[in-house]
Formats: sequence, C-alpha cells, structure tokens
Amino acid sequence: MSVPALTEQLKQGLDAPICLTWELTYACNLQCVHCLSSSGRRDPRELSTQEAKALLDELARLQVFYINIGGGEPMVRRDFFEIVQHSVDIGVGVKFSTNGAFIDAEAAARLAAMDYLDIQISLDGLDAATNDAVRGTGSYATARRAMDRLAGAGFGPFKISVVVTRHNVDQLDGFKALADQYGAQLRVTRLRPSGRGADSWHELHPTNAQQHQIYRWLLAHGDQVLTGDSFFHLNALGEPLPGLNMCGAGRVVCLIDPIGDVYACPFVIHEQFKAGSVRDEGGFAQVWRHSDLFRSLREPQSAGACASCGSYDACQGGCMAAKFFTGLPLDGPDPECVGGDGERSLAVVVPGTAPRPDQDHSRPVTLLRRRPAAVS
Amino acid sequence: MPVALDTPLELHPQVALRPEPFGALAYHYTNRRLVFLKHPDVVRVVSALAEHPDVATALTACGVTAPRWPSFLKALTSLEHSEIVRERPSTD
Repeated sequence: MSVPALTEQLKQGLDAPICLTWELTYACNLQCVHCLSSSGRRDPRELSTQEAKALLDELARLQVFYINIGGGEPMVRRDFFEIVQHSVDIGVGVKFSTNGAFIDAEAAARLAAMDYLDIQISLDGLDAATNDAVRGTGSYATARRAMDRLAGAGFGPFKISVVVTRHNVDQLDGFKALADQYGAQLRVTRLRPSGRGADSWHELHPTNAQQHQIYRWLLAHGDQVLTGDSFFHLNALGEPLPGLNMCGAGRVVCLIDPIGDVYACPFVIHEQFKAGSVRDEGGFAQVWRHSDLFRSLREPQSAGACASCGSYDACQGGCMAAKFFTGLPLDGPDPECVGGDGERSLAVVVPGTAPRPDQDHSRPVTLLRRRPAAVS
Repeated sequence: MPVALDTPLELHPQVALRPEPFGALAYHYTNRRLVFLKHPDVVRVVSALAEHPDVATALTACGVTAPRWPSFLKALTSLEHSEIVRERPSTD
C-alpha cells in the first residue's frame, strides 16, 4: 500500500486546522508600521465574551489542540483572562502574542500560574533605536520590562518573537543570545506586506543578499528557533529548512478575526481571502470544511510562471500573501524569490495597482498637539 | 533505549490523538509537541498499547504481520522519544 507524502495529504486539507490564529481585538496601544491587521481601534462588532467562549467550545470539539491568540493587543480586552482560562480549561492550549504593555507584576504572576499557556513578546530590534523605529517610541523598554517580569515571576520559557527586517537581520545572533539569557525561546518570522505592512514593506523587507544571509543563519540555527515555517521561499537556495515546506493557508491554518470573520491565513485580511464567519449558520466547522474558498485552496495549485524553474518543488512559489499585496500574480514568483524573479516581476508592477488591505483600524493621526490653555 | 517486543507501553496520559485521513495528529499538552502519525495502522497500534501486556501482543491483536514488526518497533521508539508513548509504570 502506498501512502502519499504527508505534505501532499496536508495540502488537501484536514478536518480541522492544526494551527489557528485568532485576533482577539483590533484595539492596540501601539501602531507598528508593519502591523498585519492594521490594528489600533477596537471594532464595535467584536465577538462578545459569550461568543468567544462558544467559539472555543467548538474548537475543543474539533480537537484543535492549541490556538495562537493575537490582535491588536489581546490583553487590552477586559475579559482576556476569562477567555484564556476558559480555553485552557477545555483543553485548547493558548499561545498569545503581546507587546507586553499590560504585563505588570500581578499579571505576570497570574500568567505564570496557568497551564498550557505560552507567551510571545514581540521585539523587532535588539536596541531601542532599531525596535522603536518599527514598533513605536518606548516599545523596546516596554517589551524588555515585560520579559523581566515574566522571568521574575518564574513563568519559564516564554518566546521572543522577531519579524525579520532589513534593519535587524544583522542582529539575529544577538536575539538568540538575548533569548538564551532569559531562558526563552527565539521565534523569527517573515515580514509580509499585509495590513500597514503594505506601505512599509518596500522599505523594510530584507534585500536579496540578506535573504541568503537569513537562509544560512536558519540552516545553522533552525533547530533551536521557531519560524512558523514562514521562510520556505528560501528553500530554493538548497538544503531545505526544518518544517513543513508548504503554504498552509486554508489547508492547515486559518485566521479568525475579532468580529469572527474567517480568513485563509493571518496575512491575507482581504475580502478575496475571506471564507465566511463563525457567526454564520454552522459556525466555524462549516466554514473550514465547506467554504468555496478553502475548498479551492485545497485543490492542486498551478505553478504558473514558476513551472519552468527547477526550484519550484523546493520553494513552492513562496507566499500567497506576499504576492497578493505586492500586486504579483498568485501563480508566479514570490516578491522575495531568491532567484531574482520576484524583483524582476515587481519592477513591472504599475504603481498603485497592487490590491490594498481593505480594512484599516489605525487610529487617526494627531497632527497638532493641543497646547495647554494659557493662564490669564 | 529502543522499544522491544516485550516492552509494556501505553499512550502518554498527556497526549491527545486526533484522527485524520493520513493517520492521526498526536499532541502532547505538556511539552507542546505535535507529531504526525503517518499511517492508520500506527494509530490503531498506539491506541491499543495500553490494553495489551506488551508490544508484540498489541501488534498481533491489531493484525500487523511479523515482517512489518521491525518498522513498527522503529516508529514506536521514535514516539517514545517524543513522549507520545511511554513505558507503562509497573503495577507491583
């Protein structure tokens, strides 16, 4: 009896996702320039506490073993602990991403006391200048303070989550040393042109030479760092990196946004990749198993313009979201194709024609600071 | 140490199995490891381990023929290493 390779089977989809991201809220105290969900202001249609718990109950029935909670800043929600506690109580483990602003000593102790809970603190620079240029003034100090508090509370190995950019790629060794110093685990992921990243990606994404640098670094350290398997486009350079070499969108991963809409992955919050809503009849399972979008993503995909390239089996044409938001065809090369085909394709994209993220929760920019009233 | 035919094994109590078309996903709640069981027969054997005195009896009960035993011992050794299965605590 011959069994198809595991990745071939995974491409046809599973009965439930392996890895599901749930952005709990679009509200955020920060305004990172690469925020993939363009977060800032809360959406008033956000799932209620009861809806959130009912969704978790459904995920438990589907045997989704753990979820990634993000935002926005998930700890902004007043029912954050109630939701997380409910999740772990019913056997759905939680890994949540935070900028750390709400981890005071009390919260750190509370988090340390919970089982089945992982925390990722976002940090995009090894120093305040590098980090704060992307994540906002003071965010480096905030993140480090949260790490100190988690360590002080005996949380154990939390995660430090780094989005690799042009400006921090030389700091990878330093991030690893910082993680080791805390007894933490380093996670590095790929910058996507999603959300506000659509506007900052062109300035921030690693250069072609840096892509080679990242590949070499991951080959040397890949077994000690988490990557969310997000760098598989680099596999065209040779020996494959650890992890599943495939796009999981709608096949093994998906995103639930704060109002319950279900998207193919966290990086494609756009109408074209919306499969349905957990508020629809049949709930999440109906969307996951039967939506037209997800069924089509589980069909064999065309290699398109990449078919004649000898590296297609290795890189799978790269990331759907990266292509979509840079205006490239989905069946062509990734914009960061290490063969240089992405750069050539990007060069001929007519400026202004790439699809725009169709949601923006950014807070309005304050142009003038109110001056204190003059004392008369 | 490699799993032997006379080893008493069981599914680790912290592990949940989720059936899938290719076999099953196994998730260990404590070490957060997710492991793919890539064949339905492996899933059946793993699920049956606790009901039998040792690996050989479990394999026989699941209809796994002797020529396939070496590959199953290899798979079970790897699963024990990932703490998906464990040696059953002695009941003496």
